[in-house]
Amino acid sequence: MAIEAIPTIKVSRVRQHGRHFSDRFMSAFIHVNAFLVVLSVVLIFAFLIKESMPFFQKRTLQSFLFGSSWYPLEPSDTFGALPLIAGTLLTTAIAVLFALPFGVLCAVYMSELAPARIKNTLKSTVEILAGIPSVVIGFIGMTILAPLLQERLHLMTGLTALTGGVLLGFMALPTIISIAEDALHAVPQDYRRASLALGGTRLQTVWKSTVPAASRGIIAALMLGIGRAIGETMTVLMVTGNAATVPTKLLAPVADNSLFQSIRTLTATIAAEMGETAQYSLHYHSLFALGVVLFVITLIVNSIADLALNRKRHASS
Amino acid sequence: MRKPLSCMSVALALVLAGCGGGNNSADTGSTGNSAPSNAPATGPSGMLNVKGSDTMVNLTQAWAETYMTQHPGAQISVTGGGSGTGIAALQNHTTDIAMASRDIKSSEKEQIEKSGGSLQDFTVARDALTVGVNPANPVKNLTFAQLSDIYTGKTTDWGQVGGQPGKIVALSREKSSGTHVFFLEHVVRMGNSKGTEEFAPTVLMLPSSQAVVDEIAKNPNAIGYYGLGYHKPEKLKAVEVAAKAGDKFVAPSEATVLDGSYPISRPLHLYTGKQPEGLALAFIEYCAGAEGQKLVVEQGFVPVSKDASAAGTAK
Repeated sequence: MAIEAIPTIKVSRVRQHGRHFSDRFMSAFIHVNAFLVVLSVVLIFAFLIKESMPFFQKRTLQSFLFGSSWYPLEPSDTFGALPLIAGTLLTTAIAVLFALPFGVLCAVYMSELAPARIKNTLKSTVEILAGIPSVVIGFIGMTILAPLLQERLHLMTGLTALTGGVLLGFMALPTIISIAEDALHAVPQDYRRASLALGGTRLQTVWKSTVPAASRGIIAALMLGIGRAIGETMTVLMVTGNAATVPTKLLAPVADNSLFQSIRTLTATIAAEMGETAQYSLHYHSLFALGVVLFVITLIVNSIADLALNRKRHASS
Repeated sequence: MRKPLSCMSVALALVLAGCGGGNNSADTGSTGNSAPSNAPATGPSGMLNVKGSDTMVNLTQAWAETYMTQHPGAQISVTGGGSGTGIAALQNHTTDIAMASRDIKSSEKEQIEKSGGSLQDFTVARDALTVGVNPANPVKNLTFAQLSDIYTGKTTDWGQVGGQPGKIVALSREKSSGTHVFFLEHVVRMGNSKGTEEFAPTVLMLPSSQAVVDEIAKNPNAIGYYGLGYHKPEKLKAVEVAAKAGDKFVAPSEATVLDGSYPISRPLHLYTGKQPEGLALAFIEYCAGAEGQKLVVEQGFVPVSKDASAAGTAK
C-alpha cells in the first residue's frame, strides 16, 4: 500500500487535491447518513417510551408483563401482555425450527453443490419468494394451509400457532437462504481445496470445513430471519385466530396441545386495536407499551447475535 | 451537504406543487365535462371519504359505485376497519363520514363536540345480527343465556346445548368492530349495561366478517356472529335466537327485523362530524332514499322502514 501510494502523490498535485475534496465530501456524507440511521433508531425508541409512560403511571410493569388476561376495553381495563408476548415467542420459535434446517440446506446446495444454471434459477426464485406480500401469504394460509392442517390433524380449527409459525418460517426463508448463501460463498476456496487435498469427501468438506467456516454468517442469517418473523403482522393476524391465551401445554397430546390452538401475537394486537382506540386513552398508551416490549425483544435477539459473533471471532483469532 | 439537501427540497416542492395543480385541474376538468354532456345528473362534485364498519363496507361500496356512475363528478372512497376505526377517524378529521354498526358512545360524541363539531346521526339501514353455525351442526336454536355461556367459556361442548358432543369453536370479531361491541353488550352481557362478562380468552378474534363466515363454512365445530348481509344460506345455517328462555325462537330475516320480533336487530348509521353539505349531504340523501334502500335489500340488509322496503321492491 505505502509503496504504491508514493508515486501517485508525485504524479499530479492538482488531481490529488480534487480527489481529496470529493473524498472528504463523500466521507462526510456517509458519516451523516450513518448518523441519521442511529438517530432515527434512538428517536423511535424515545417516542415509544414517551407514549407508553402514561400507561406505566397507572399500571405496574409487573402486572403488565405477567398478567395473563388482555381485556383492554372498558369496563374491564385489564392489560396483561403475557399471552401476547408468549404468542409472539411461540410463533417465532416454530418459524425458526421450520426455516433453519430448510434454509441452511438450501443455501448449502446453492453454494456448494448446484450447477450454475440451477443455482441461478434457485436464486431468482428465492428473490421472488421474498417479494410476495405478507397479505398474500396470509391468504394462502387461510384458504389452503389452515383447512389442510385442520383436516389432517383433526384439529378444532386450522387457525393455530402452528399455522402462523409455518407461514412465518416460509417468509423468513428468503432472508436466511440469501444471507447464509453469501456467507458460504465468501469462504475462501483454499479451505475447500485443503480439505479435499487431505482426502475429505465432498460432503465432509461441506459439513466439516465450509459450513463451520461460514457459521458466523449463518448465525447472522438466522437472527435476521428471527427479526423478520417477530415483526411480521398481517400474516399472523389472518391465520392465528388471535385468541389471547397463554400457550402453556406444549407437550400435551394433539387435542390439548397449545401448538394446535389459537394464539395472539404482539404485532397482531397492535394492528387490530390501534385503529379503534381513542387517542391518549389508557388503551392507546398500552399499545405503545406493547411496542416497547416488541422493541426490547428485538434488541435482545440482536444482542445475542452480537455476542455469538464476537465469541466466535475471539475463538478463531 | 447543503447543496444536495436544498436540491432535494426544491424537487420535493416541485413535486408537491405538481400534485396540487394536477388535482385542481382534474377537478375543474371533470365538472366542466360533465355539465354539458349529462346535465340532469349534475350534483355536487369532489372527493368524499367514508370509513368505518366492516359490516357496512360492501353496502356502502354498492351505494358509492351506483352514485358515482350517475354523478361522474363525484369521487367517493369507502374503507373498512371497524366502526371504532371510523369514529376515531371522524374525531381525527381524517374522514367525512363514519359508518357504524353500533351506536356512538357518549365519550366519543363528547370528543367530537369538544373540538367544535356537532355530531349528526343518519340511520340508513337496519341489520339482523345473525348467529351462524355450519350446516352440518344439528343445533337449531339458542337463547341469549346459552350464547353468553358459550362466549364466556362456561359452555364448551355442543352436547351441552343440544348438539352432537364436540368442542365448540367460538368465533368473534376484533375489538375494533362495532359488531363485537354490539354482541358483547346485548348478548354476552344480555343487555345489562353494568355487566362485566367478557369474551373468554379462548374465543378466536377474526379480522373481518368475511373471515368469520369463511371459517364457519369450513368448520363444523364453529359458531360465529355477523351481519345479515353476510349470510349465505347454502354455506351457513342461521340459528334461531330468543332473548329469554320462555320466548319464541326467531330466525333473522327482513320481516322479523321490521316487525321487531328478532331480538338482536340494530340500526346501521352514517355519522358526520358537522351538518353535512354538498356531496356528503347528497350522498346521505341518496342512501336513505328509495334507490339507496333498494340496494340495501339487494345487499341482504333490511331497509329503514316498511315503506322504504315497499318502494324499493316496487322500483
